[in-house]
Amino acid sequence: MTELLSFEKSRPDAQSPRLPDAEVDGPSPADVLTADQRRTTPPGLPRLSEPEIMRHYSRLASLNYAISKQFYPLGSCTMKYNPVANEIAAALPGFADLHPYQDEDSVQGALSLMWRLEQALCAVVGVERVTLQPAAGAHGEWTALRMIQAFHRSRGESRTEVLVPDSAHGTNPASAALSGFHVVEVKSGPDGRISLADLESKLSPSVAALMLTNPNTLGLFEREILDVAEMVHATGAKLYYDGANLNAFMGICRPGDMGFDAVHMNLHKTFTTPHGGGGPGAGPVGVKAELVPFLPTPTVERLNGHLKLDFKRPQSIGRVRSFYGNFGMLVRAYTYILAMGCDGLTQASLDAVLSANYLRHEVHGVLDMPHDGACMHEFVSSAHNLAPRGIKALDVAKGLLERDFYAPTIYFPLVVPEAIMVEPTETESKATLDAFASAIKAIVKQAEDDPQALHDAPHGLPVGRLDEVATARSINSYLQGQSEDPVLRWKPAP
Amino acid sequence: MLAAIGVDSMDGLLVDIPRSLRIESLALPAGLSEFETMAQVKALAARNRVFADRLTFRGGGVYRRFIPAAVAAVTSKPEFYSAYTPYQPEASQGTLQAIYEFQTLIAELTALDVANASMYDGATAVAEAAMMAHIQTGRNEVLVAGYLHPEYLEVLRAFSDGRGIKVRKGIEANAKTAAVIFQQPDFLGMLVDARGLTEGAHQAGALAIACVDPISLAIVAPPGEYGADIAAGEGQQLGLSPSYGGPHVGFIACTKELVRKLPGRLIGTSHDAAGRRGFVLTLTAREQHIRRERATSNICTNHSLCALAASVYLTYMGAAGLRQIAEVSFKRAHALAERLSKLPGWEMAFPDRQFLYEFPIRVPKGPALNRRLARKGILGGLDVHRWFRELKGVQTFTCTEVNDARALDELLEAVAS
Repeated sequence: MTELLSFEKSRPDAQSPRLPDAEVDGPSPADVLTADQRRTTPPGLPRLSEPEIMRHYSRLASLNYAISKQFYPLGSCTMKYNPVANEIAAALPGFADLHPYQDEDSVQGALSLMWRLEQALCAVVGVERVTLQPAAGAHGEWTALRMIQAFHRSRGESRTEVLVPDSAHGTNPASAALSGFHVVEVKSGPDGRISLADLESKLSPSVAALMLTNPNTLGLFEREILDVAEMVHATGAKLYYDGANLNAFMGICRPGDMGFDAVHMNLHKTFTTPHGGGGPGAGPVGVKAELVPFLPTPTVERLNGHLKLDFKRPQSIGRVRSFYGNFGMLVRAYTYILAMGCDGLTQASLDAVLSANYLRHEVHGVLDMPHDGACMHEFVSSAHNLAPRGIKALDVAKGLLERDFYAPTIYFPLVVPEAIMVEPTETESKATLDAFASAIKAIVKQAEDDPQALHDAPHGLPVGRLDEVATARSINSYLQGQSEDPVLRWKPAP
Repeated sequence: MLAAIGVDSMDGLLVDIPRSLRIESLALPAGLSEFETMAQVKALAARNRVFADRLTFRGGGVYRRFIPAAVAAVTSKPEFYSAYTPYQPEASQGTLQAIYEFQTLIAELTALDVANASMYDGATAVAEAAMMAHIQTGRNEVLVAGYLHPEYLEVLRAFSDGRGIKVRKGIEANAKTAAVIFQQPDFLGMLVDARGLTEGAHQAGALAIACVDPISLAIVAPPGEYGADIAAGEGQQLGLSPSYGGPHVGFIACTKELVRKLPGRLIGTSHDAAGRRGFVLTLTAREQHIRRERATSNICTNHSLCALAASVYLTYMGAAGLRQIAEVSFKRAHALAERLSKLPGWEMAFPDRQFLYEFPIRVPKGPALNRRLARKGILGGLDVHRWFRELKGVQTFTCTEVNDARALDELLEAVAS
């Protein structure tokens, strides 16, 4: 099934919605604005009735896989169930209808929620303060690096390099570069963990920070994290924690205790705010005492039980977005933390680790396992063993889609060939994990028996594999003036 | 499961964590039932004061507008809100097509060639537009003309500082200027000479970046009509609740010459082997997961679900509905300005300037007035002096289609009392 675009379904005779009249005497735009100031051609928006709109979007919804319907074994993405209560909480008029420029006296509940969420996140990751302002993970990374930069500058030091492991998520080097840092890559050792020897050789007085994920993107805990922290701190650099994998150890250990100075968290991963098909998320950043003066403005402060926004922070890096962050996502995360509590959060992490290890065990030998030993909340396997049959990680992913599972993260981390990265989260039951393992086994068998069928997968979905190369080529033609079809938007046929 | 794995206890799986790092428990209260949780959350919500939309006259970048019920009915579908980033196109056509429609809607509104899949908010959209201009021109300075939203300016400064770009106020572009940035209408609600500013930028070889209000584009000239290179803005008015400032949705659109410099995700059309049309993420070579430190931006997660809300809103309204919303707001704001400016001690701050549905006005004893209005359930004007020293005693008032005629009377009565 496919669905026409709203633009293609548009009916010029569809009635406009009934809207209020002005009811007052006042000039029209045409009375006041010059022709130069006015729009000449109306925007080409579609015209559809409400029932047509509801059908259109309901049909589009049915084309999606979603965590509400399928298992999402997406490594490094922590696709756990999004509790419905979170959605109800964020939609309460007492939150949803607040104007950001209301007086502080009239928003004590909102500020209190932000204060309590900050306290809770401090407790989970072991830091002094948290800014809730960043809108997403990458935004949080960049915010943290800006604080680290401001810290070094305040001491009269100009440190120009940021170290990033070769297994890191692409946002890490991008965020560092956008902060004006030169990115230096640190190699992983044969066991997938950061190489202390390589780290030692890259550390120097020009290094501002090392960005690290723990457990790393291979799902392995950095055993020597305390040594890493000591080495980094000895050169005066700061240690930054990428919170993509925080779901591995809530209530078990804390990045702050490991020596991390700045810690970013993804509320849309660890704290169940929905992913929304690509956002909105929220990427709060926690910091140790030395970095507190550099937090973005405003911070929420409590004085004699009264909460206020503090804009007077002379050393602050300033604002990283408008207002106070994605408040609606903060409400959802706070609701989740309240419901889970210390016991629930800890159990969530334990269950996530158990699920990952169980699934790893079930597919061990079916897929390649480049690294031995226990994993944390996710593991990286490889389709390398299927190469003789011409089957790649992509084919395995498409085979899973055909079997009603979303696909794992593939080709990441870059250091593992044909990587298939699986993160089951605490959401999934043993029955689901077993079904997934069976699907992997069936795919590997199909790779032996009928590899072509796997190359042609997925069957039975709204579309088969799409020709992404043709898309890029068509865009090139458009950009070079050889075609009128912009590809990136709909245009009526000429 | 432990037995299948071959360990006795969870500790057998946590062997890599040094003992010294293990903690006893989190310093948080124990978990609660859903009922108890919601009771606590509702108690917090009840400690906030909600002003009726019809009695809200405060804007400053976030506005109360009529939100059709269809918007929440669509965005609350779990197939949309609980889906992941559409990296697997065969299983994500719903999200992909919806974003493709959003890109088209924004391109239509701004009259520019191409729009991206969304940004975090208006502030980061403007900042990213400035970064695009820097990459495109190789120049290291951006000019901010007139009253840009002060928080957008702060975010622009934070982004620019990282890349070594200087942010200056003014309109005189020169050979160092990467872009001239202006807001139309500006932060105070007034129209600026968008055409003149755009021409000035182009004469110096700089780009023109227009920060625009999407509703206004139903009646005022869109960036594409006066030749601006990039349009950026905040889409909160397109069906999103104020929600104490977020999540909302930023948008960014540009001319075809700049497409490869766009930050963030882009969706394009494609087809499968059977010839069926489908939608895919494309031009990903610009993005961080491919280009890493050489990416045009670090943005990854954006505001997809909010973009979906905006799409439903714009499809519901259509061009005629959007125009009516803009015109009703325009008429009411002008009627209100007329009445307020006749009050003793009140006067329009810039009587010669045109505005749409937000305007700056000098108000006697503004803070005391706002306290008095609040007691009557009215959220009065926004005191802009906190950002602009030269605007002492000036407040901006906003009128939209939700402020009915009777609400205007109530405001006037409350002011006079």
